[in-house]
Amino acid sequence: MSTTANLTGRLEGAVGKHRVVSAEEELAEYAVDGFLPEAIVRPQSAEEAAEVVRLASVEKLAIIAVGSRSKCGIGMPPKRYDIALDMSRMREIAHYDAGDLTLSVDAGMPLRELEDALAEKQQFLPLAVPCFGSSTAGGAIASGIDSVLRQQYGSARDFLIGAEFVDGRGKLCKSGGRVVKNVTGYDLHKLLIGSLGTIGVITRLNFRTFPLPETYGGHVASFESGERAVAFRNRVEASGLPVANLELLSPAAAKITKAILEKEDGPVPGCVESDSWAVYVSFEGSEKIVERIAKDVERLVHEAGARKDEPLDAGADSQLGRVLREAFEWLRSAAPAVALLRITLPRIVPETLAELNQTGDLMRRAVLVRACGVLYLSLMGEQEDERTRDALARMTKDTFALVEAKQGHAALPHAPPGLKQQLSVWGPTAGDFSIMKKVKQAFDPDGVFAPGRYVGGL
Amino acid sequence: MQGRHGPNYSEGMNSERTAVITSLAREMRSLLGAENVLGETTDLLLYEFDGSVEKARPELVVFPHTTEEVSSIVKLAARYEVPVVGRGAGTGLSGGALARGGGVMIVFARMDKIIEIDWESRRAVVQPGVVNAEITKAVEHAGLYFAPDPSSQKSCTIGGNVAENAGGPHTLAYGVTANHIAAMELVLPNGQVVRVGSKHGDAPGYDLCGLFVGSEGTLALVTEITVKLSRKAEAVKTLLAIFDTIEDASQTVVEITARGITPAACEMLDGWTLRVVEDYIEAGFPRDSAAVLLLEVEGLREAVEAQEAAIAEVCKRCRSREVRVARDDRERELLWKGRRNAFGALGRLAPSNYVLDGVIPRSKLPQALTSILEIGKKYGFHIGNIFHAGDGNLHPIVLYDPRDSQQFKNAIAAAQEIIRYCVELGGALTGEHGVGMEKNELMPLLFSDADFELMRRLHDAFNPDSSLNPGKVFPLSKGCGEIRIRNKEAAGARR
Repeated sequence: MSTTANLTGRLEGAVGKHRVVSAEEELAEYAVDGFLPEAIVRPQSAEEAAEVVRLASVEKLAIIAVGSRSKCGIGMPPKRYDIALDMSRMREIAHYDAGDLTLSVDAGMPLRELEDALAEKQQFLPLAVPCFGSSTAGGAIASGIDSVLRQQYGSARDFLIGAEFVDGRGKLCKSGGRVVKNVTGYDLHKLLIGSLGTIGVITRLNFRTFPLPETYGGHVASFESGERAVAFRNRVEASGLPVANLELLSPAAAKITKAILEKEDGPVPGCVESDSWAVYVSFEGSEKIVERIAKDVERLVHEAGARKDEPLDAGADSQLGRVLREAFEWLRSAAPAVALLRITLPRIVPETLAELNQTGDLMRRAVLVRACGVLYLSLMGEQEDERTRDALARMTKDTFALVEAKQGHAALPHAPPGLKQQLSVWGPTAGDFSIMKKVKQAFDPDGVFAPGRYVGGL
Repeated sequence: MQGRHGPNYSEGMNSERTAVITSLAREMRSLLGAENVLGETTDLLLYEFDGSVEKARPELVVFPHTTEEVSSIVKLAARYEVPVVGRGAGTGLSGGALARGGGVMIVFARMDKIIEIDWESRRAVVQPGVVNAEITKAVEHAGLYFAPDPSSQKSCTIGGNVAENAGGPHTLAYGVTANHIAAMELVLPNGQVVRVGSKHGDAPGYDLCGLFVGSEGTLALVTEITVKLSRKAEAVKTLLAIFDTIEDASQTVVEITARGITPAACEMLDGWTLRVVEDYIEAGFPRDSAAVLLLEVEGLREAVEAQEAAIAEVCKRCRSREVRVARDDRERELLWKGRRNAFGALGRLAPSNYVLDGVIPRSKLPQALTSILEIGKKYGFHIGNIFHAGDGNLHPIVLYDPRDSQQFKNAIAAAQEIIRYCVELGGALTGEHGVGMEKNELMPLLFSDADFELMRRLHDAFNPDSSLNPGKVFPLSKGCGEIRIRNKEAAGARR
């Protein structure tokens, strides 16, 4: 067993005194599900990160790599946690060929800064993820968190074209490249997406970038019932219109959205009401394209029998779009004890939505349905007590079962303290778990990376 | 004979080996029925080629009909310690479906059923032997199609597309095969059957589909595939931009890319190549031009109009002589027919052609084309170019006579120099054809020992004895990348 004092010393020996921190108050900020590391290392280079992993691999220590730590609540509590590897000091744009629309950035690159740099060339990266203001590129990829622009631009696997990372033996490895089309070697970078740091420490990411649209538009409509709202949402999806975002909000989700908009002092669309279902559609492109889609959406809204509806100009659309991008964040903090489920379903139908949105004794519920069959369900407990926790555990398990019966998938990316002792946040493992174990073993033979945090205890 | 990438098995079997194969063949026949097993040399000869310049003969060819049969074949071959390789239609261009280690070739041609089409959620569940274009044929009446469209789409199979992560002209806007696969059923080298991915939505866990698609048949055999179907666009226009110099044509591609215009396809044919095509199919490429760009724009009517105008403007600025718009489907089809059959047309000029596959940053296209011509000259070839310009995916074509051994050597040397040059420009070894046994020795240009060690650990986690598709992807010349090939006898490259 290593003591804190000598682990810090050995880490300092490996990467230098200024990179290592073990002051208690700082350690507390790196807590993962209540577990604290013994030391924090802030590498300035991929080689330094590799040095730390080599030390951990030899000494059988556990590392959790972090960026801005905004999504550390995802996953199971770590089985072991010795070193927090804080990648936020590695924040350079290593390569940007605007003419080729390709980009290479360090893992700790803040998405907000990157957005500004790309905007200078009228480009952007469609990683519109929650906690955008603090998120790093590496954290967004490792957490696998949804981007609200997925419907139009795909998920990260569609525009991540290469990566560099440290494997479990402390070797600096790479996969893919900096070109938009490439089938050279195994696509290991795809495995990093959503892997929660369990197979490697991401040091660099290569993306294809996209031209910024000329303008934006949107439309919000409110509906008397969930059935009507779902019908409208499904009509938009089936229309094949190239919408950037399509979100359906239950009355509870609409209420929270409204409150945030009011607080932000921006325009509050009258259709975002506390007591009714709302659907938000956004689209982008040239003036003409936006105009055309707006017209088609308006027609669909009227056919769907909305209670109220209104078009959004570019400003109002961006405002609402930003609030909904942050939905993960506000849904998980909507009550003292929240269990937030992320669900994907083959079909969004009113019956399933009604089942998911039923209100129980202790709990209010909020539902947000995204494009691509993604749905967030927030179970909002008003008390942080055992009774609430037990109820949340029961409802989460019931939801897992319900979703499985509908041939969907569910996970629990946010849970209050204590709930994770009662269930796996990843739900039951499937037939491919043996394959996942092989992947984990190949990347991380010594079990260095975030042990126990991933699917099936990987 | 020595294969150009090292030892190979096929000819000169010793008697002990003959006995093993004879016994294995007997068991295969009782497993699958005699009509589903080929073992005569005259039959096997048909399976020693694919679309590449490589050659390797299997010792047995088998045709399974079900996943269970595939699993049994793999287990049986393992008992005999004989390697196995999967094959679709054999149109691959990197030797991925050749039996480099001899052994059993599993041809998926008879697993060619479309099992299910889910119209509402736009998914099709298909067997690996289904021909790429057949998927689109089955769903196009409902306004749907399968987006990846390799030039060989009328004969290549979806199983092969998955193994190689195949591309095609329209991948520029819609992505390669990997972007269109939702789930797969796999048979591992130990015979285990597993399902990865998810027909709908995302299952928690590693993106295993992302790993297996494009693993070139070295990790598992795929026995069932759930593909995503795309909606046909509301409007489509096909443009032919005509240039007096190849520099202007490539500069046009640079400009189109830099302005963030993403056509559905952006193909280039140089003057020399398009004249050959015109001799074969009168597609409508002007014979006196130095290069043409074949561009397609798709989407909402408004988007198509805007893109068309933007492209026309760029073409004009880059001194395009003329931009023609296909007036109807017939003209459109004809232009594409010219593009798709170009390699066939080139076949009329020389006994053999070597289609290269390199990829570069698009901003470097003009200099790359100039350098490729120079490299060709150095080795005594005129190199034609017909390629996916929009995503920087080059396909230089070297015409050669394989009976002339010096010319063959020169063709290989020119090819390697071109690929090295692509890497120097910041590119990669292959954009869509795969590494296979064509470029495995070039892999160290891009990957370090650490990269190989990790890929090797992953390979061995599934395929520990290299019993599945040995001798591919990893360089044989490097100790760390060694793939054990049992039974060392040689067969030459195609000559």
